[in-house]
Amino acid sequence: MSQNLNVKTVKGRALPLTGDDIDTDRIIPARYLKCVTFDELGQYAFYDERFREDGTKKNHPFNDPRYKGASILIVNKNFGCGSSREHAPQSLMRFGINGIIGESFAEIFADNCTTLGIPVVVAQKSDIGNLMSVVKDDPACEVRIDLESKEVCYGDFSIPVHQQESSRRVLVEGTWDSMAVLKSAAAETKQLANRLPYLKGFQEDA
Amino acid sequence: MGENLFNKVWKLHSVRELPSGQTQLFIGLHLIHEVTSPQAFQMLRERGEKVVYPGHTFATVDHIAPTDDQTRPFKDPLAEQMMKALEKNTKEFGIKLFDMKSQKQGIVHVIGPELGITQPGMTIACGDSHTSTHGAFGAVAFGIGTSQIRDVLATQCLAMAKPKVRRINVTGKLGKGVYAKDVILSIIRKLGVKGGIGYAHEYGGEVLERMSMEERMSICNMSIEGGARAGYVNPDRTTFDYIKGREFAPKGAAFEKAVDWWKSIASDKNAKYDDRVELNGSKLEPTITWGINPGQAVGISENFPEVGELPEDQQNTAREAYEHMSFEPGKPVAGTKIDVAFIGSCTNSRISDLREAARIVKGKKVAKGIRALVVPGSQQVKKAAEKEGLDRIFSEAGFEWRGAGCSMCLAMNPDKLKGREICASSSNRNFKGRQGSATGRTILMSPAMVAAAALNGKLVDVRDHLPN
Repeated sequence: MSQNLNVKTVKGRALPLTGDDIDTDRIIPARYLKCVTFDELGQYAFYDERFREDGTKKNHPFNDPRYKGASILIVNKNFGCGSSREHAPQSLMRFGINGIIGESFAEIFADNCTTLGIPVVVAQKSDIGNLMSVVKDDPACEVRIDLESKEVCYGDFSIPVHQQESSRRVLVEGTWDSMAVLKSAAAETKQLANRLPYLKGFQEDA
Repeated sequence: MGENLFNKVWKLHSVRELPSGQTQLFIGLHLIHEVTSPQAFQMLRERGEKVVYPGHTFATVDHIAPTDDQTRPFKDPLAEQMMKALEKNTKEFGIKLFDMKSQKQGIVHVIGPELGITQPGMTIACGDSHTSTHGAFGAVAFGIGTSQIRDVLATQCLAMAKPKVRRINVTGKLGKGVYAKDVILSIIRKLGVKGGIGYAHEYGGEVLERMSMEERMSICNMSIEGGARAGYVNPDRTTFDYIKGREFAPKGAAFEKAVDWWKSIASDKNAKYDDRVELNGSKLEPTITWGINPGQAVGISENFPEVGELPEDQQNTAREAYEHMSFEPGKPVAGTKIDVAFIGSCTNSRISDLREAARIVKGKKVAKGIRALVVPGSQQVKKAAEKEGLDRIFSEAGFEWRGAGCSMCLAMNPDKLKGREICASSSNRNFKGRQGSATGRTILMSPAMVAAAALNGKLVDVRDHLPN
């Protein structure tokens, strides 16, 4: 692939979403998984939290005009727990989210974000609190995630953030689209497969 | 120091270390279903890729499968579209599909083991977080996203960071009416829903050693609900006896060779772990959830917890849970009225689950006004249950007896809660909206507890309702 895939910084306006343990069923209700492409998912992000059964809007940060156009999501603890559905980060990405800052993340969700080139970074609870309140006071404030300096900058503040080092590296180095990397070791893969006795039905001596 | 199973299997499947520090991990068995795979096949087409080892991927249909009328075309056009896409993709790329007419269709985590496809020492991936179920056989098994499904199809490998390994020892002996479900809910209650993040869990101890394979599967299944992407039990005689004779199991001399290899990948006696946790199984009681995540669990003899008595970092979610559930802190959980009873899901829809529930239901009636359904995990489980007459026991009691699928666990098919209904459910997630109604409420418990709740119209202690 010729395009530049390096993700070193992500910046934009931010959207604070308060709450611990926000699971993937809430991010994208299961009925919207009845599809064979991800294309339409942006409009269904947090659907049941944003809309009543009659289709009228509820109060939700994703509906709040002050945060319209925001590309960075700020969350609390254990965000993205539950199902492995990539539909969850896909719906957020198609809604316009390019980076997520939170107190902690579920593992499969974080991995799924990385495979889409979306950085998911962790900050201390008190720093998340400050970041959320700054953004609530000034929704136009630009928030910048810097994966090289491992910090998030906004207004006069700069807070330290971290993430799994291997995820950070694949983003910074532009190798988060892992297929090409894995494919480059096809010969070694075949050799390994030949050593695994169960792949031959235990018919030959390993 | 010796080595644990997880590290041994990981090492055996490591193709190389990637510059990022991740491992290029070979995946010995890849399972796919209709929901998370179509986009991966589309990515292959867009990139002009093939499936490199089609013989190591197996497919079935479960999430969208209607459980009442399974004739084609499905009544729901979206479900039919997904089924057609799976048929087309598996045919085009040469992948074995267990579809409705195969008589082997079912929930992916039920059919892998029952067909003998799931075996110890394998690395197993599937685009479903409950893939940890297969860890019951001593496999390294975990859920992946769709882009990772693409990677496995195109390369049979994943780029993964190796987790740490935690040994969870369950000592003692479970009392009557206390089941695998109660053990795993208690573990998640103890460690919290994010306690397992960054870990693979090795479950062991006297309680696990005495358990059947189906009970071990229920435990490993819910590893992810505690944050652990993988969970496993070391393979032993129980494991080997279960596998022997199944369709895809090694036969004859190959089986003996397999057993030797399977024994060799088990954790060494003096294996090292990154963390250890103990739980006394003798002290556990039937356990239910009261909130909106599986860690919000209590024993049936307890009261709904006061928010202030919970650890501080759980209090926000607890307040949100009470707002959703409308239960009253301090009141006993027993006696809570239910509207729906659901026995099924990849956690608890196997023959032993149905037998235990039927034992409680036999000769009794579902309480008035309760909608109750039993959904076998696979066509083979259904057939076996019908052979034993379990279907009649359930039907005569007023349960609906359905076809195989994920059903009301996740509401991607016609089986759903309506409005504010409260469901006693043998499934794995009590998230808001999980069972298909944004305001619906889920109480997780063992299949036996669901059966007892259905008969009484409210939560009861199943130990008071066991036949002699």
